[in-house]
Amino acid sequence: MHRASLRLRLRQRGLDSVTLLVLPCVLFVLALFVYPFLYGLFLSFTPKDGGAFANYITFFADPYLYDTIGTTLLIAIPATLLNVVLSIPVAMRVRLMRRQRLLTTILVIPITLGTVLIAEGLLTYLGPRGWVNRVLVDFGITDSPIRLIHNYWGVMLSLVISGFPFTFLLTLSYVTGIDPSLERAGAILGARARERFWRIVLPLLAPGLAVTLALAFVQAFSVFPSAVLLGAPAGPTRVISIAAYQAAFEQYDYSMASAIAMIMAATQVVIVVALLAARGLVFRGPASSGKG
Amino acid sequence: MRTGTRIWATAVWTLVGFFIVNLLGMIASVVVNSLGTRWFATWLPAGYTTRWYLLAWNEFHLPDILIVTVEAVGAVVLLSGLIGVPAAYAMARRDFPGKRAAMLLFLLPLLVPPITYGIPLATVLYQAHLAGTIWGVILANLVPTVPFVVLIMIPFVEQIDPRVEAAARVFGARMGRLFLQILVPLLLPGILAALLLVLVRTVAMFELTFLTAGPTSQTLVVALYYAVFAAGVRPGQSIDAMAVVYMVTTLVWLLIALRFVNPTQIVTRSKR
Repeated sequence: MHRASLRLRLRQRGLDSVTLLVLPCVLFVLALFVYPFLYGLFLSFTPKDGGAFANYITFFADPYLYDTIGTTLLIAIPATLLNVVLSIPVAMRVRLMRRQRLLTTILVIPITLGTVLIAEGLLTYLGPRGWVNRVLVDFGITDSPIRLIHNYWGVMLSLVISGFPFTFLLTLSYVTGIDPSLERAGAILGARARERFWRIVLPLLAPGLAVTLALAFVQAFSVFPSAVLLGAPAGPTRVISIAAYQAAFEQYDYSMASAIAMIMAATQVVIVVALLAARGLVFRGPASSGKG
Repeated sequence: MRTGTRIWATAVWTLVGFFIVNLLGMIASVVVNSLGTRWFATWLPAGYTTRWYLLAWNEFHLPDILIVTVEAVGAVVLLSGLIGVPAAYAMARRDFPGKRAAMLLFLLPLLVPPITYGIPLATVLYQAHLAGTIWGVILANLVPTVPFVVLIMIPFVEQIDPRVEAAARVFGARMGRLFLQILVPLLLPGILAALLLVLVRTVAMFELTFLTAGPTSQTLVVALYYAVFAAGVRPGQSIDAMAVVYMVTTLVWLLIALRFVNPTQIVTRSKR
């Protein structure tokens, strides 16, 4: 009797055998995502030698380590901005197309292939004997092949190839979520295309753009394979993930590696929170309803 | 005014065209290089051959790598379906305390980039002596795919009329039977879409596999990374041959997946 009533009370709160089905999944994410993260945080405060903050002090005292933050930002911020800024006009145009499927299919290919393949492809394509330099030299645009790989530009271009389709598809889903009748109303009231974009579409798009910027930035900031393969991992493209990887798998200092991973996560969180806070300043209220 | 619009449209299409030309150029140069004999200061190689594929097949131990890839990806697809689909069902059908927290918990592994959580995860897996084996690779790859399946499946469950389940229960179907005979058949399109997306993402998942794989548990994409990393040891054409094998593997599954899902879903993850 007592057990039955407990069961009933639990059921009224939405807890019954069906709810229990969520449990394996929650436990799994707790065990393999939350726990490692907390463990890494703990590990970062128990360095090989020195006090609790020794890893962090080492990181911020050694330019070879702390410079990686600046290096990564110098690659990630321009790449993110370029991708998002290019995505907006393209998404605005593609929205009017009836058959978007072919274009979106082509653009999903680089996302699917991933950064390792893009790095290998660009090594051939942008290399001194690749087609890009062939065009530049044969059409007399430059006298000799220009250097596009094993430097900053190689990594930058790989981030555009993999990042632009991502930001575009995301922006497209936000743009198509904006009710077209709002723009039509603006047009009837005499607003020109430019005014309609700046005063109607962009404010409605702002929340989605903030999310797109945040996701694109976080992805660009964690660039790894192309920075190694296509960049100059010893110098201009020594990004923070390379430093973390080297600490873990070359010096076997998991404590330091965890500290760098935590610094990486913290930098991402700071930028993302700043972006989402900026979104709150720009626009409040329900935006693109439904989609996105 | 009209000319302004037209200039704007032309500029946008030129941009898109330029991007696609370069994308296809990049892919084509991998394919052409993998089939060429020698390719120096010319537009196309001097001659064509398939021997780089034979070389790659033997030198890079491609058969072993392909077997590992199939095993790891297969296990990830199966397990993420088994854990994710029931969880999605519970999330869609019940309102329980802590549901919002659970939702946030499922979103985090999809938002945090793999390399950030991959390093602490690999540390934990090394301590459990799982990293370096195929089980480490499978567990690490499940971290983003399980929540991904949950988020994709929730709307699919929501669109099933709850009265169907109620009727089955009235006729005495228990949980297991309800799932196997009612829900799975009704959810099949959704499950297929979710698992195909998991498949495509896992074949291409570099970071997590790279951080947890040992010499005998490398998947195709990690083996490709090491091959490119050690470029110069082996002819570039055989690396490109391996890259073509990888591309074909990924794109075949992408094409199959695209029969069931919209391309934008690969990016925007949840809602339909």
